[in-house]
Formats: sequence, C-alpha cells, structure tokens
Amino acid sequence: MTDVLLRLEGLTKAYPGVVANDDVSFDIREGEIHALLGENGAGKSTLVKMIYGLVKPDSGTMTLRGAAFEPAEPRAARAAGVAMVFQHFSLFDALSVAENVALGMENPPKPRDLARQIRDVSETYGLPLDPGRTVGTLSAGERQRVEIIRCLLQNPRLLIMDEPTSVLTPQEVEILFETLRKLASEGTAILYISHKLEEIRSLCDHATVLRLGKKVATCTPADATARELAEMMVGASFETPQKAERPLGEVMLDVRGLSLPAPGAYGTPLREISFQVRAGEILGLGGVAGNGQDELLAALSGERVTAADVIRLRDRPIGTMGPTERRALGVLSGPEERLGHAAAPDMSLTENAVLTGARRMGLLSGGFVNWTKSKGFAEDVIQSFDVRTPGPGTAARALSGGNLQKYVIGREVLQSPEVLVVNQPTWGVDAAAAAAIRQALLNLAAKGAALVVISQDLDELMEVSDRFGALNEGRLSEIRPVDGLTVDEIGLMMGGAHDMEVAHVDG
Amino acid sequence: MLRLEKRPQPSQLWTVVTPILAVFLTMIVGGIMFALLGKPPLEAIKVIFWDPLFHEQFAAYSRPQLLVKAGPLILIAIGLSIGFKAGIWNIGAEGQYIIGAICGAGVGLAFYPSESVLIFPAMVLAGAAGGWAWAMIPAVLKTRFGTNEILVSLMLVYVAQNVLISVSSGLLRNPEGMGFPGSRNFKQWDAAHNAELIANTGMHWGVVAAFIAVIGAYMLMSRHIMGFNIRLTGEAPRAARFAGVSPTRIVFFCLGLAGLLAGAAGLFEATGPAGQITGAFNAGYGFTAIIVAFLGRLHPVGILLAGLLMALTYIGGELAQLMLNLPGASIQLFQGMLLFFLLATDVFTNYRLRFGKKGLV
Amino acid sequence: MDLSSINPVLLIASVMVSATPILLAAIGEMVVEKSGVLNLGVEGMMITGAVVGFAVAVSATSPGLGFVAAAIAGALLSLAFGLLTQYLLSNQVATGLGLTLVGLGLSSLIGKPYEGMKTPTLSKFEIPLLSDLPILGDMLFSHDVMVYFSLLLVAAVWAFLKYTRAGLILRAVGEGHDSAHALGYKVTQIRILAILFGGACAGLGGAYLSLVRVPQWTEGMTAGAGWIALAIVVFASWRAGRVAVGAYLFGGVTVLQLNLQAAGADVPVALLSASPYLITILVLVIISARGVHGAPASLGRPFHASH
Repeated sequence: MTDVLLRLEGLTKAYPGVVANDDVSFDIREGEIHALLGENGAGKSTLVKMIYGLVKPDSGTMTLRGAAFEPAEPRAARAAGVAMVFQHFSLFDALSVAENVALGMENPPKPRDLARQIRDVSETYGLPLDPGRTVGTLSAGERQRVEIIRCLLQNPRLLIMDEPTSVLTPQEVEILFETLRKLASEGTAILYISHKLEEIRSLCDHATVLRLGKKVATCTPADATARELAEMMVGASFETPQKAERPLGEVMLDVRGLSLPAPGAYGTPLREISFQVRAGEILGLGGVAGNGQDELLAALSGERVTAADVIRLRDRPIGTMGPTERRALGVLSGPEERLGHAAAPDMSLTENAVLTGARRMGLLSGGFVNWTKSKGFAEDVIQSFDVRTPGPGTAARALSGGNLQKYVIGREVLQSPEVLVVNQPTWGVDAAAAAAIRQALLNLAAKGAALVVISQDLDELMEVSDRFGALNEGRLSEIRPVDGLTVDEIGLMMGGAHDMEVAHVDG
Repeated sequence: MLRLEKRPQPSQLWTVVTPILAVFLTMIVGGIMFALLGKPPLEAIKVIFWDPLFHEQFAAYSRPQLLVKAGPLILIAIGLSIGFKAGIWNIGAEGQYIIGAICGAGVGLAFYPSESVLIFPAMVLAGAAGGWAWAMIPAVLKTRFGTNEILVSLMLVYVAQNVLISVSSGLLRNPEGMGFPGSRNFKQWDAAHNAELIANTGMHWGVVAAFIAVIGAYMLMSRHIMGFNIRLTGEAPRAARFAGVSPTRIVFFCLGLAGLLAGAAGLFEATGPAGQITGAFNAGYGFTAIIVAFLGRLHPVGILLAGLLMALTYIGGELAQLMLNLPGASIQLFQGMLLFFLLATDVFTNYRLRFGKKGLV
Repeated sequence: MDLSSINPVLLIASVMVSATPILLAAIGEMVVEKSGVLNLGVEGMMITGAVVGFAVAVSATSPGLGFVAAAIAGALLSLAFGLLTQYLLSNQVATGLGLTLVGLGLSSLIGKPYEGMKTPTLSKFEIPLLSDLPILGDMLFSHDVMVYFSLLLVAAVWAFLKYTRAGLILRAVGEGHDSAHALGYKVTQIRILAILFGGACAGLGGAYLSLVRVPQWTEGMTAGAGWIALAIVVFASWRAGRVAVGAYLFGGVTVLQLNLQAAGADVPVALLSASPYLITILVLVIISARGVHGAPASLGRPFHASH
C-alpha cells in the first residue's frame, strides 16, 4: 500500500500575470486519500487540470506507476486510469443520466448494459440513481452522484475530487466519506481538493498544502490541528470577524407565505416562505445549492414580483415593486453570480456603480448620468473596501473574484441599506477578503440594518448570523437561534441525507 | 503556435483600428477580385474611393451624391445600432423604410394638390409613424409571446415589398400616369418635395435629420440613463434586470426608435432623391445600414463616418460601372466583405494574439 | 375562381418539390444549431449554392455535378463563417447576417452571365413498382432523386443524433460547451464540422431551386427561403422529423397560394404572395406562445477555452 502511484516533479504553469503553479512536487500513493489543500487562487485547479490532461505544464514531469505520464487530453488521462469529479462544468442538463455517463467514458457499453451497470454501481456504493432521468431535474447531490458513478464505471486508479462537499448536507458528506473510504480500501487512490480543514482531518491520509502556486507543506492532517493547517494554507494571520452584541429593533422585513413558480425548466419553485428580520439582526439561510436560493433573492430584490402583501418593509407592502422602487425604500441586495448578475463584466467599475447606485446615491439629474459623481462613488467603494484595482475605469471582469466581490458588496453597503439581502457573499473568495466582507456585514447590522445572508457555507452562517433557517426544495425550515445549534440539527434542517443510503461498507 | 488570450478589458485602440484595418483588407481582397474579373485592381480601387470626390469630370456630379446616399444609411444605422447595443436584432429596417415611405406618401397624396406648408411635415410624421408601427409588430410579438425578432422583422421585409408592389400599381398609383405603376412624382409638387436645401451639396431634410440623429444618439448613449440601461441590457441581461431595467420597455424603445428613423428615411428618400413610390424605389439601404452600424462600431460618430464611407462605395461603384464596366454586384460583394473583415479583425479588441506553446486544446 | 383547375395529384407532387429546398437547408441548419451554433447565413449559402449549381450544371451539362458543386460552395462559404465565429470568436448573429449579404452579392456577381439560360434538369426517378401504383405512384413515387435524398437525409440525421456516439457528442457540445471541453471533447472542431454540413445542405437546397424547382437563375431567387428554413428549425423544436413536417407544411402553403393565384381567387395578389411569410410569422408566434422547447443550451454562445 505504500507504492507510489503518481509522482509530480517540478510542475510549473504560468498564465499571463500570474504563476498558477510554481515547481510543485509531491507523491500520491496507491490507495491513499491525499488532500490538496489551499485557498481560492492557490493553484489547486490548475494542478489537477494538468493531471487530467486539460492543461499542459510549462515544465516539470509526471510519472504514473513508474512510467512517464503526459496526458495530451482528458481522454488520455482517462485511459491511464485517472478520473475526475468536477465541481462545475461537466454535466449536460438536457441529457439523461445514462447519456451523461456515456460521455465521460472511453468505450461505453450498449445503452441497455450501461443502464444496468449504473444501477449496479449505484447500489454497491449507496448512491441511488435512475439512469433514465434528465440531469437538469436532479438535485445538486444527485448530480454529484452522476459524476462519481461516471468515474467509478471506469475502475480508476486515481480519482480526483474537486471540492465535492460544497453541494452536500452534513449527513450526505458522511455518506460520501464512507464511499471514498471504501474505494480507498479497494486500492483506488483519491486526490481530494478542499479548503475545509475538518473534513480533511477526518478523511485524508496525507495533505499537500498549496499557497500562491507553491507547495508549502506536506503533512499528515490527523496529526495537525485545524489551526496549524489554516496557518499553512493562509500564511499570514488575519482578524476573524467580531460579532458585537446588538440590540434588536423593530421588524424591518416581513415575508409571509411567499410562493412563486419555478422561473425556468430547471429552476426551483418557492413554497410558502415566511420569516421576519428585525433591525440589527442577521438572519442566516443555509441549504444545498439549487434549493431556491437564487429564486428567493430574486423575489426579495424585486427582480420577480409577488402580491403586495407578501413582502413588507416596516409594515408597508412592497411585493409588487420592482428593484428600482425597492432600492429607493432601502431594500438592497447582492446576488450570488458576480459577473453577469451583480455586475456587468465588460463595463467599468464606475458604470457598475451606476448599476445599483443611480438613484439612491443621486447620480442622476433629469435622467442624465453625472459621470463625475458616479466616479466619485466608485472610488469611495474602492477605498472603503480595499478593492485592489488600477482605478474606477477598469472593467469588472478584470478584477479577481475576491476584489470584485468586495466591490459589489461594498457598493450596496455604502448606500446605507435598511434591509440587505446577500446570496453567497464570500463564494470563491480568498480568506482575507471573506473576513473583510463578513466584518462589513456585521458592522452594517450593528448600525441597525436588517440582513438576510443566504449561503451554502455553514461556517460562515454560524459566524455572522443571529438566527438560522435552511432552504430545502424551495421551502424554508423552522428558524432557530444560532447559539446552541448542533451540526446534526443543521443537517436535518437542510433536509438530512435526502434519499441517500449509507454505503454497504462490508462489500 | 498562435493562440488567443482574452484581454482583461476591451482595447480602446483596437476599437478604432479594426474598422480601418478592415477597409484596407477589403481593398486588398477586393483588388484581387477585380483582377480576377479582368479589371485593373489599383485603377478600380481609385475609381471607387478617390474619383467620386476628386475626378475632374465626374466629381461635380458625384460629390453631392455622397450626402444623398449617406443620409438614409446613417439615419437607419443609428436606429439599428441602438437596438444592437441592447441585443435586439432588428434586421427588417428595409421593411420599416418601405412602409414609412408608403404611409408618408399616402398622407401627402391624400391632400394633393394642396400647397400648404404643413404637407411636408405631416408626411414626415406619417412616415416615421408608419415605420414605427411596422417595427411594433416584432416588438409586440417578442414581448408578448417571446417570438424571435430577427426572423419576424426579416419576414416583414418581404411582406412590405409585396405591399409596395401592390400600392404602387393600386392605391397610390398616379392617376395621370397613363396606367404605369408608380405614384405621382413629388419633385413636381413643391409642397411635398424634399428638395435640396443648398444647391449642389446633396443636403436635404433627410441628411439634416441624420445629423440630428447622430447628435441625439450620442447624448442618449453616453449621458442618459436610458442609454446606459440599453447598453447594460445588451452586455448583461441579468444584471440589467437586477438593476431594475424592464426588458419589455427596452424592446419597445429600441425597435420603435429604429422603425421611426427608418420610416422617416424612407419618406425623405421617396419625396427627394427617388421622387416617387415605385415597386423598386427602395435601394436596399435597410440592409446596407446593418453594415454601416457595425462598421461604425455601433457608435454614433463611427456610424457617421461609416455611412459616408459606404456612400462613397455606392457612388464609386456606379462610377466603376461606368468607367471600367465593373459589374454592379461586385460592389455589393465588396460591402459584404467589408463587414466580414471587420468581424474578423474585431477579435483583437477583446483578445490578444500570443505566440508560444499552446496551453490547451 | 375555378378551383377545378387544381389537380390534387399534381398539387401533392408539387408540394414535395416545393418543400425540398427548404427541407435540405433546414435539416442542415438543425445540425448546426444542435452543435450550439446559430448560423443566420442560410439565405446567403442557399443563393450561392443556387448560382454555383446552376453555373456548373450549365457548363458541364450535368445537373449532378451542379449539385456537388453547390454543396461544396455552400460548405466553403460556411467555412468562412466557421473560422470567424469559432476561431476569431466573432458575434454569430452579425457574422451570419454578413454571410447572407456576402452570399447575395457573390451570387449576383457570378450569376450575371447565366441569366435567362436554360439548364439540364434532373430526370424523374420512378421507384420501381411503387411508381406504378394508381394516383399514389404519380403523387409520391415519381420524383427526381433529390426529393428522396432529402427525405433519406432527414432519416439519417435523426438516426445519427439519436443512436450514434458521434451524435451524442454533437448534442453534448451544443448543450454545454464548457462541460464538453472539460471532458476533453474538441468543441471547436466538432462545431466546424457541423457548420460545414449545414453549409453543404444549404448549398444543395439552393441548387434544387435553380436546377429543378424553377429551373432558371434569377437574382435574389431564394426570396427568403433560407430565413424560412431557420424559422422551420424553431418550429420543429430541433427535431429532425418535425423539420420535415414543417418544410412540407410550408411547401404546401407556397403551392396552394400559387395555385390560388393561378385560379384567380378573389384575394388580393399581394396578400397571396406575402402569405408564406405571414404564415411563417404566425407559426413562430404560435410556437413561441407555447414556449420554445428543445433549444440547445449553448446555442449562439461563443466558446473560448480560457483555462
């Protein structure tokens, strides 16, 4: 069990302006679960793309079981026994489960045989899945099962998993871990990419830590504390957000029986959602991706309207109002998708400041945009939120994820909202930026605003919110105070293990 | 190996350089084409681009034609460009142009032979209204049912052409025209004639309208929140909805404005340079204006320049037909190629060309 | 009006002839769109096919060679579109429009010397036994070979998309080019192949117009047929069988209005002549009012593998 399966030596890959991987070397042994740990932007994705044949290294070598390994394309990697479960981008919504699986295989069997194989594997590993279903109708967890089964059908020697738990409830995570341990015990090596320290400590045999493209350490995670791992990963320490004691004021936002049909073929309908948020309070809403988060944000921001009485601001019905009117009254929001939803990618930061700030910041006079004033507002946001950019004339897409996120959150915060609704405020953002954003949200609440924070990151919700609820298939669970809430309870609120069963580890 | 790499933001320089580069490439490939047709390539290029303005014998006639041809192109292209900015693909300007001309002419002819000064303004308004109404068909269908505006607006061109043939030999036919199809000649009816305003310049009311449209569009697109909303809708539709922009309003505004300007252009043409409504009075300006809009980078000032350039190729093409016996269709191809080369070179606005090892397949 | 002058056998037979050019262009465009590319240049490729097919058929006195040349011409023109949109990442809508404008200009340039000429046309291919059937034989089984070819092509496309691995990959590329890329499929190359196929089909459709349907070359003779082919793909919800239904419905409308005009029906000629376009609009409205289903998810979106 100690034979080296894959050896990486001196892998380097540079993109213009950034060295994604700089002389990275480590070994993955047969049958081990090896963690690849690092912040967003540390170079984890580039590294696994090189192993999977999607990206060619500038220099460095890979050896698979002693033989040179230079996959020119994913097909070659798959043929050599390397399989990968992607975080995004590898399923086709309109195609069936079986078709999706077939597309990821080199020589798929006939459709009928494939369907049977899918059923067999899904039973063996406790991942129930109907081969005939259209992938677009599956939940996030089920979609991941499609990816995993696609890999397992090829009997991989190395299975790469990219941030697999971000779409799972805590219970589902446990089941996934059982599956992975079973696989490892059967001799499959697993390269497990994550930035979640506790997971890695409980699951992985070894860990390689990347920071800014360089390997900074290899360790045995069970022997290190989460704090030590965090320090290796982040390097410098930064301040964790401080939750101050806040007096709660009147009810600001009052949602009663909010129901909306699904917006598209693969959207989620909202079902009878009710909650209240008080001045100075942060309500955290958790849940696995695709359970109504986007739809709820759209209903609260005014992108989709409802009956007037369903949504009230300080007892005033606002359900029929669009985003502009709601903003005028102080209901602001920050959607999950930075590029294309919260900000227009090709427009400058100044123009993106006008996007939501036009009226509330008085950037218009007689319908004409005051560009000088708009630029001033953009500069304000850049300065107050430490957005790293050459200036307000820069296009939004030129900013890194973390910087753009600080910009779009800052843009709303500086408009002094009475109610702020944000979805995934720190998704894909480095730790320092995430901490800054969370602190800004806490400060805003301290000033008396009411906040709704929708997030799939439970740690984040525990850190900032006063009360917690979970979205599950468009329904909102009971809302409970955060203090004293256990992980198990949270998992159950999120819908437990859905329809998964515990893997038959005896097999 | 060559590969493309996305620029962090669009290059300002290349935005200006690409149209010029495209013109040069078109000249080169066009020259080759002329050579294949057995014509002297350099001579042909000179006849097309230089002679209309500076030829001793012909320039006096052809120079005023520049504004005559550029006027409708610019007017229509301005309207189209605003829609294109919003991602609304109205390609049926030719139909809106025809219907505008028919409506405006119809309103005028209803008062024949009145010499009231109100006749011409009323005709312009009716022309604009006609074009607007024709453009409202795809607008309503798009907003109400989600019907694709590209196909509807284009289909309506063929419908408009059938209407045109019908009215020019029916409803609007000149009763004194001895049974020939075609309306009365507006050049012989002062109250309705869109005459040259300054002798030998080609300047008529349609050209004035085009200049006003350029200035108006510039103000709208760069200063007004409506212009901002239009750009936002085109670049990031989801962000536009998040900002509170109503997609329906944008569709109505953009299609309506384009129809309005195309309709007015049609009326100016019918009462001016063309002189009458006939089954073939429309010269395809509605389609060429699409090229003008792109060549002008969808920017009002760019469109002004592109319109003049395209007008030049029209006149130059006619001259080349006259002097070199160059087939008229080669100019149409020439214009199409111009658009193609522009689209091809446009890649450098958003991407950078890199030499080096290919990082990916 | 004298409706008795309309012979139902000839009517059906001429519907098949009138539907064939649009069917050829539409089935090609459907494959292109299935791969996630919107090529609005069908009209331009069709008319280029029409003129090139005509010119070659006249020069070589072989309609068969004319069709082959038309297919090549259509494919070459579509290759220009492919290079621009797939490698130079130009806007697909604008490029497709440009292709149409180029095609119209090119065709009238090439076609000038051929105006008014006559071409050898395809002989009837009477299917043995079936063509001897009373009525049905004349109606359905006594056509030229391209009519049958177009129907076989529809069946082939249907089977290709439904049953083959290459068809599955093509659909996958159209449904999600990022996913397809992540799995290692060569999105750009697959799309170029689809675009070439679409171009060749449009060329064949155009040649059928100038060599069989009319048969003559006149400038602008496609008269929107390429655009109608695009509409039929939407109408068909991107399904091969329905493309055939749509093309035949449309062929029926065209033939019917021509027959009505000939029979002197008491309807304005302008309305009858405009009816194919009006009915296309009407059909589009009905389809979109029900909600457009089946559009490939990546349709019209540019693809650039950034990392």
